[in-house]
Parts: sequence; C-alpha cells; structure tokens
Amino acid sequence: MIRAVDVKEITENIKEMCIEANHFLAPDMGRALERAAVSEKSPLGRQILSQLKENLKIAAEDMIPICQDTGMAVVFAEVGQDVHLEGGSLEDAVNEGVRRGYAEGFLRKSVVRDPLLRDNTKDNTPAVIHTKIVPGARLKLTVAPKGFGSENMSRIFMLKPAEGIEGVKNAVLTAVGDAGPNACPPMVVGVGIGGTFEKCALLAKEALTREAGSHSPLPHIKALEEELLDQINGLGIGPGGLGGTATALAVNINTYPTHIAGLPVAVNICCHVNRHITRVI
Amino acid sequence: MEKHIRVPVDKETAKSLSAGDYVYLTGTVYTARDAAHKRMEEALREGGALPFDIKGQVIYYMGPSPARDGRPIGSAGPTTASRMDKYTPRLLDMGMGAMIGKGKRSAEVIDAVARNGAVYFAAVGGAGALLSKCITSSEVIAYDDLGTEAIRRLRIENFPAIVVIDSKGGDLYRTAAEEYRHSEGGDQ
Ligand code: SF4
Repeated sequence: MIRAVDVKEITENIKEMCIEANHFLAPDMGRALERAAVSEKSPLGRQILSQLKENLKIAAEDMIPICQDTGMAVVFAEVGQDVHLEGGSLEDAVNEGVRRGYAEGFLRKSVVRDPLLRDNTKDNTPAVIHTKIVPGARLKLTVAPKGFGSENMSRIFMLKPAEGIEGVKNAVLTAVGDAGPNACPPMVVGVGIGGTFEKCALLAKEALTREAGSHSPLPHIKALEEELLDQINGLGIGPGGLGGTATALAVNINTYPTHIAGLPVAVNICCHVNRHITRVI
Repeated sequence: MEKHIRVPVDKETAKSLSAGDYVYLTGTVYTARDAAHKRMEEALREGGALPFDIKGQVIYYMGPSPARDGRPIGSAGPTTASRMDKYTPRLLDMGMGAMIGKGKRSAEVIDAVARNGAVYFAAVGGAGALLSKCITSSEVIAYDDLGTEAIRRLRIENFPAIVVIDSKGGDLYRTAAEEYRHSEGGDQ
C-alpha cells in the first residue's frame, strides 16, 4: 500500500524539532549530566556541572537556546519505500523547515554559503541531509543541530588492520585529548569503525544520536565503549577543561564491515549540548 | 579564590589575577569573533582605526542568538578562542586588557598576555542561557552587516569566569588536568 505524505508535514515537523532540540536536551543527556555531577572529584568541576544543569533549566523555562551556537542542522531522513511524497521535494521541505525553525525560534544563523567566500545565508540553510530508503510506509526524521566548537575537533584515522583495537583506542584518545577544553567538555564521543572513508564518518555522526548510556549490541564493542569512557575520564580534562574526572559523558561506537586492507576510524566529538530529536510520521 | 572585578580592567588588577581565580565581572565588554577580527585586522593593515578604543578593554569572543522581545540578548556563551589567536598578539600589544572565551591559546598569545600584563578568562562553554542572565544591555557598535558576528558593546553584571592565562605565564588548562590524570593520552 502506497501512503501519501504531504511535504508540508515534513516542513512543520522539522521546524518544531529545530526549536525543541535547541531548548530542551533529550532526557538521556540530562541523566548523564546528573551522573557526572555525582561522581566528579574536582570541586570546580562540580561547580561547572551544576551551572550546566542550571543552564538547562533556564533554557527550558525562559526559552533561551541552551547554547548560542544553535548549530548547522544535520537531518537524517529514513523514508519508507511505500511512502509517496507529494507537494514538492524532500530536500526543499526540510530546508524550509530549518528556515522557519531558526527564524521563529530565535536561533542563530551560523551557515555561510561558500566555505571560502563566507557570506552568511542568514536563514541557517542549507541543512546537511542524509536520506535512507527503508522498507515500510513510515517516515523517520532525526534533527541533530551540530555546534562547531566540538565539530572542529573531530578526526578521521585510516588505520592499518594490524593496528587493531589498540590503534582504535589510541586514535580516540588522541582526538579527545587534542579537543580538550575547546570542545566544551564533558563531551559525547561518537566513533565510527569500518566501512570506507566517508562511511565511517557517517557512522560516527549517527553514533552521536544514540542515547547517552546506551551500548552497542556487540559484546566486544560494548566493552570497548566502557573501557574508552574510563580512559577518557582518566585524562583529567574535566568539565570546561579545567581539570576533573568528567571529561566525557558517553562513548558511542557504531561499526560496519570494511575492506581486507583497511581499518577506518572516525571520531566525531560533541559537547555536552548533544542535541538530537527523532519523530516518526 | 573568588574575586569581584570591574571591567574594563586596569593593569594593576589584571596583574593581580592568577590562573585558577574564580571571578565575577561587572562593567562593559565588547564582543568580536572570527569575521569582526578579520575586519579589524584589515582596518589596521590599511592604516585605519579600530571601531572602539581598545586600551584596557575586554573582548568577549561571542556571537549571540537573536534576542526575544523585551530581552537584551539571546543565548550568549563563549566561542573557541584559538580561532582568534592569529589576530590577538597585535591587539594585546595595542593595549587590550583582557579576553573572555573558551579553549586553549597559542604560545604567541600566552607570551603576549605576559608581555602586556593582560589576562585571559574562560567562561563556561555551552552555558549561553545562564550567561545571558548576566548581560543587562547589548548594542551593536560596528559591522552590523555581520549579523551575529557584529561588534557589540555589552553591560555585564556578576558575569562568572575563571582566570586561565595570567600575566605570569600561568595556564590553567596545562596544569589543571595533571591533578586528575590517571590514564595515558593517545599519540596519533
Ligand atoms: S561546542 Fe557545543 S557547547 Fe560549546 S559552544 Fe559549540 S555548541 Fe555550544
């Protein structure tokens, strides 16, 4: 059965999601901050974590964006193959939603049209859109506005298979250590392992949309997530990079098959303002 | 140590601050980030003047989100300071008193802070809603066409910040992590 969906519905949802994501952090992130506040050893670190909790409260109550960098809008669209979109293109509908959301939500316009000429598009479009065709008649939209303080500290490593799991750990610890205070710790670390050059970057980005505190279904990857979180929190960077034990709130790793000759690893760093919101229409 | 500081800062106050001091700033600061720094640099290169007298003044690396009706400003937390490193030593040598931002600075900036008896404060990154409550007024004074990147004059009251780089060459980012470190970093 083909199901018709008017693209206006997509625009409306994307608009609301842009506004919501920038004012209300998903509950998993709130819980992760609570856990960090309890375990943090540095008094200054605890003070900063309590400011971050207070910040979330003010953002929600007074409708002030959690962070002034309201990000470049990253949108994942899973489109059921039995959905027929009517009334315009998916891409235009998404961008119209971003345009309205950033205007009506008093969100910052942080996108430049050309990476070298750098003129601001003044409406935060275009979004970065990742579309996937899936079975079924539903449409799943995820909006993840991404701030660039942390995005700038992300890395890709094309490791040799012989470097194995130690190479992966070294790569992640290097990226996080270099990011330090620039990425607004405590961070969420999204890691992609496998695939090709571009696939592992996408895996890392998708990993950031997983709930903080969730784990990979693969036992060896779950163990790696736990071990890396422990090692990252042993780096001493701490909240705000001012020393402490809460350097990361979560390490989320997604994997994919890869080539016999390769071991790509992407580390997508996100700050504690890890915004992601999903709706199914 | 907690201290209440008036901004702009005089040399004596700036020199009395040490990395790790927790301060509350009250007074006037100017915002500027990437695009405004580039323009200021161009103005100086062409023999022009800066849009404000920088002596003793504080630059806050910040581009706010738009203000809702009846509010002075939107969300207003610090941006990564290292992107301004290229421009900073010159501004410090011209007399800039302090900077507020987040993240590491280059060796050249650390030297210029020491040489000029200035100070680099960090505000908590990602706390823009909370910090906006410490800003009582905001007025664009230059480069209006840059939108969020325009230069604004802000009045701030009890704005919380931490001294990261002091006039004695102290750098809290370098020393603070040591105390809590118990695992090895990567070396890729
Ligand atoms: S890294 Fe995150 S918390 Fe920090 S300024 Fe950017 S968006 Fe805000």
